[in-house]
Amino acid sequence: MRGVTVLAWLRANLFSSWPNALLTVATLWLLWRALPPFVDWAFLDAIWVAPDSKACRAAAGEGACWAFVAEKHRFILFGTYPYEEHWRPAAACAILVALWVASGLRRLWSWWLAPMWAAGLAAVGVLMWGGVLGLPFVENQRWGGLILTLLLTTFGLAIAFPVAILLALGRRSGMPVIQGLCVGFIELVRGVPLISLLFMASVMLPLFLPERVTIDKLLRAQIAMILFAAAYLAEVVRGGLQAIPRGQYEAADALGLSYWKKTLLVVLPQALRISIPPLVNTFIGFFKDTSLVLIIGLFDLLSTIKVSLTEPAWTGFGVEAYLFAALVYLVFCLAMSRYSQNLERELARAEAGRRT
Amino acid sequence: MRTIMLAAAASLALAAAPDRAAAQTMLAAVKAKGYVQCGVNTGLAGFSQPDSRGQWKGIDVDLCRAVAAAVFGDASKVRFTPLTAQQRFTALQSGEVDVLSRNTTWTATRDSSLGLNFAGVIYYDGQGFMVPRKLGVKSAKQLNGATVCVQPGTTTELNLADYFRANGMTFKPVVIEKLEEVLNAYFAGRCDVYTTDVSGLVAVRASRAPNPADHVILPEVISKEPLGPVVRHGDDQWFDIVKWTLFALLEAEELGLSSKTIEQNASSANPSIQRFVGATGDIGKMLGLDNRWAFNVVRLVGNYGEIFDANLKPLGFDRGINNLWTNGGLMYAPPIR
Amino acid sequence: MRRRSGSAGVGGGAASRVRLSTGDPRLRALAYQAAALAAVIFVGWYLISNTLANLEARRIASGLGFLGREAGFAIGETSLVPYSAADTYLRAIVVGLANTFRVALIGIVAATVLGTLVGLARLSRNWLVAKLAAGYVEFVRNVPLLVQLFFWYAVITENLPVPREAVEPLPGVFLVNRGIFFPVPAWSAVHGWMLAAFAGGVFAAVAYAWWARRRQARTGRRPPVLAGAAALLLLPPAIVWLAGGAPARLSVPELAGFNFAGGAHLSPEFAALAAGLIVYTASFIAEIVRAGVLSVHHGQFEAASALGLRRGLALRLVVLPQALRAIVPPITSQYLNLTKNSSLAVAIGYPDLVSIANTTINQTGQAIEGIAIIMAVYLTISLAISALMNWYNARIALTER
Repeated sequence: MRGVTVLAWLRANLFSSWPNALLTVATLWLLWRALPPFVDWAFLDAIWVAPDSKACRAAAGEGACWAFVAEKHRFILFGTYPYEEHWRPAAACAILVALWVASGLRRLWSWWLAPMWAAGLAAVGVLMWGGVLGLPFVENQRWGGLILTLLLTTFGLAIAFPVAILLALGRRSGMPVIQGLCVGFIELVRGVPLISLLFMASVMLPLFLPERVTIDKLLRAQIAMILFAAAYLAEVVRGGLQAIPRGQYEAADALGLSYWKKTLLVVLPQALRISIPPLVNTFIGFFKDTSLVLIIGLFDLLSTIKVSLTEPAWTGFGVEAYLFAALVYLVFCLAMSRYSQNLERELARAEAGRRT
Repeated sequence: MRTIMLAAAASLALAAAPDRAAAQTMLAAVKAKGYVQCGVNTGLAGFSQPDSRGQWKGIDVDLCRAVAAAVFGDASKVRFTPLTAQQRFTALQSGEVDVLSRNTTWTATRDSSLGLNFAGVIYYDGQGFMVPRKLGVKSAKQLNGATVCVQPGTTTELNLADYFRANGMTFKPVVIEKLEEVLNAYFAGRCDVYTTDVSGLVAVRASRAPNPADHVILPEVISKEPLGPVVRHGDDQWFDIVKWTLFALLEAEELGLSSKTIEQNASSANPSIQRFVGATGDIGKMLGLDNRWAFNVVRLVGNYGEIFDANLKPLGFDRGINNLWTNGGLMYAPPIR
Repeated sequence: MRRRSGSAGVGGGAASRVRLSTGDPRLRALAYQAAALAAVIFVGWYLISNTLANLEARRIASGLGFLGREAGFAIGETSLVPYSAADTYLRAIVVGLANTFRVALIGIVAATVLGTLVGLARLSRNWLVAKLAAGYVEFVRNVPLLVQLFFWYAVITENLPVPREAVEPLPGVFLVNRGIFFPVPAWSAVHGWMLAAFAGGVFAAVAYAWWARRRQARTGRRPPVLAGAAALLLLPPAIVWLAGGAPARLSVPELAGFNFAGGAHLSPEFAALAAGLIVYTASFIAEIVRAGVLSVHHGQFEAASALGLRRGLALRLVVLPQALRAIVPPITSQYLNLTKNSSLAVAIGYPDLVSIANTTINQTGQAIEGIAIIMAVYLTISLAISALMNWYNARIALTER
């Protein structure tokens, strides 16, 4: 009985017609050529732990050197943060991830998300900087690795988001000057590569400031990331604003609501709801884009991986290192993207439910 | 109207801030904040590089620690800002770092027009070429038509082009930002020649080549690359402190004082040592520091030879011209008296 | 001011005046705009005055004068614009721009082809193919491009052999870690004439298609457009080639000294950057194509076949135009993204615009000018492409009644 259903499934999905069968066979052949050597390299012949890189060098070309990751994982994850205090960035990472997950659960969507974020970020700040509660102070030049990637993403989005809403509203306002400024900013930022904004932050920003007034390097990069995120998020929010039927505006006007009341109580809640899926996609893109701070010498996750490769004993394991980097980014991005797809489906269902 | 008033007030407030800061000397400012901010390379083995535990290591890093030891009597009162080649001068000029100790070549342009002061030389380097032995190349003059791997944004790239032009040869550059990528490219045979400072070639050959004997470093050294710490124009006292901290490292080696022996030798009858450890004279006070500044530097960080042996020797570096002048090298400190 | 007039005024008249002045939306809008403009101008003035003071203090030259000076550094890829280290910075930057365009153009074409294939594969009824395509999209979209570029570069330079042990998959084609070498026809004057003949053929084909449409409208019969256009495109260059004595000499790459000489060559940096951009962008294009095809209601297809249109015609005349309406705007922004992402070339050593401007900044210290050049170029490209897209959108937009 079982055998019959498997056969039926195979026929329906893999061998429904001659070209289809041919395609299946060709694909299987390709997989058979590619997969076994990869499994050999990545798992069977790989070196998982080694006291130094000699064993890895001996196996070069045949097996992957995961011992590199094993040796360097603390530096990759936490950068130059004091070794004995690594539990602090680890805890901070956990808090940030927990905050993101909690904000993603629709059951928890309510006003107290705001104080929860405030408390969570305060806890992260205390953990990372220290200086109170008996934690030694750690300056932010020493922050690095995964926590830096997460912090750049979190603060980038948290600050860019309100700015983006203002920009989107400004772009749709009837005031020509405000509209012009918003359009100019959005198009300028969206029209240039992020890397040029980062160069600007790292090389030009110090020239913009009065002599001897300096902004921390991390903060400068964060500013560039915020400007970048704000412009892209603004366009997503604008999409949401445009999708709202005119009737909603007119109804709010008819009730005699002021501009801000109309916007805050009627327009924005609906617009943001509509734009949640594209917003999450923009978040994913932004998370990936934080890797570009490597080019201006900040120790984010990708950067710590590359710096690990500069130690003479461990150079030359680039493929392993980048696969590991890909894996870490994949876990975070895939989680977000799965979440966004589910949410999209759920919202569509809710919408359909309301229509009937 | 109110906007303009606010704006004017803000501009006044901001305009006033730098004047207050300028009135303070660098030394006072460093003492007030309690640490030396030091600009280093993001990752260059032997010079400045975080190890697997995230600790900064290297001779450039140790110089920073020595300055902290001289100023505070505590080598740990230093913070590191990793900088790319592109950022390093801006960071120093804008005051983001107090000292730039990032394998930076001393040139006339940088010393004058960029508003910087080089406080001496911590490592004498020069650009050379490395080729696989099997190519059978004996001299850089035979490199016509070769593909050359080089890192951008440094004097290396310019020296390379100059050398080939001067000798009427052509070459194909492969310019890659990251050391790791450049090395991969060379060892994989992407280029025929790898060029960087000889120190780098030695280190790379020793640590990275599957068989070091398969690669030869050509005899031609095509440039002078004196690497040293840099401070910005405008505060001579701070310039002196960095300069004499570096000299103290050299002088200690010459006097035979090391981190292990300096406490015993502090009571030595040798008048040079007496002056060095601050038992007699007031050199420290003249610099604006504690009189035991040099003693602290050597006790906490070591002398130049110790620093070299700890950071560069394991990578296969040879003292060569970086030996003391008494041993036939170029390292020479003016008398500390 | 207002408050005082209100308090000094008497009775309802003054009160209404107050409401009029503060409550009038037009006045308030004017005030907001004036404040915003003043703030922007003030911030701009403040930054510029600081910058000028800093440039003065640090003795950094300003202006574009440096563009005329000798660059002094060599560039690895100068296939489009001749360049030597003795040329000017301006020329170096032009070389960089040409290299950016080169990788962007090739990337756009290849990413479109690959993306469309993968997008259609995801819709395939073959389970294996659909799953593989889905896996590809999920994996590639969720890993930063920079990681992928590093990865490709490591793969190419570490896994291909040195020139002396070159792999020769086809006669005359060599795969080495210096890139790919392949033969090209040796240039002769006949090739120039062939190009001219081809350009003439393009005009003729366009005119023929236009005439065919007119004729179909008039007579209801459609002349064979595809065959006619193909003949008009291919025959003239072929005739010219034969008339010119059929030059068939090939320039074949040969091992000479350190490297191959002759033929055409793709460098590993170019290959890694192009591979990274193509694979990454294709995953986004695949999703766009899939969504575009799904957006066309299935009834449309059925209606077309009910009208008696053959499958191919139904696809071309009914489904495709509607799908394109959903596909073109997002795909254009992917093209734009690809062009902007090509700036990551700086990380793996392909001498694109950003990479060369970066070197220029390092050498001259003129960061503001260098970054301004980068931004101006990309902004021009972006604005030009979005203008083109808006024009196209307006043309194909659904006319709703």
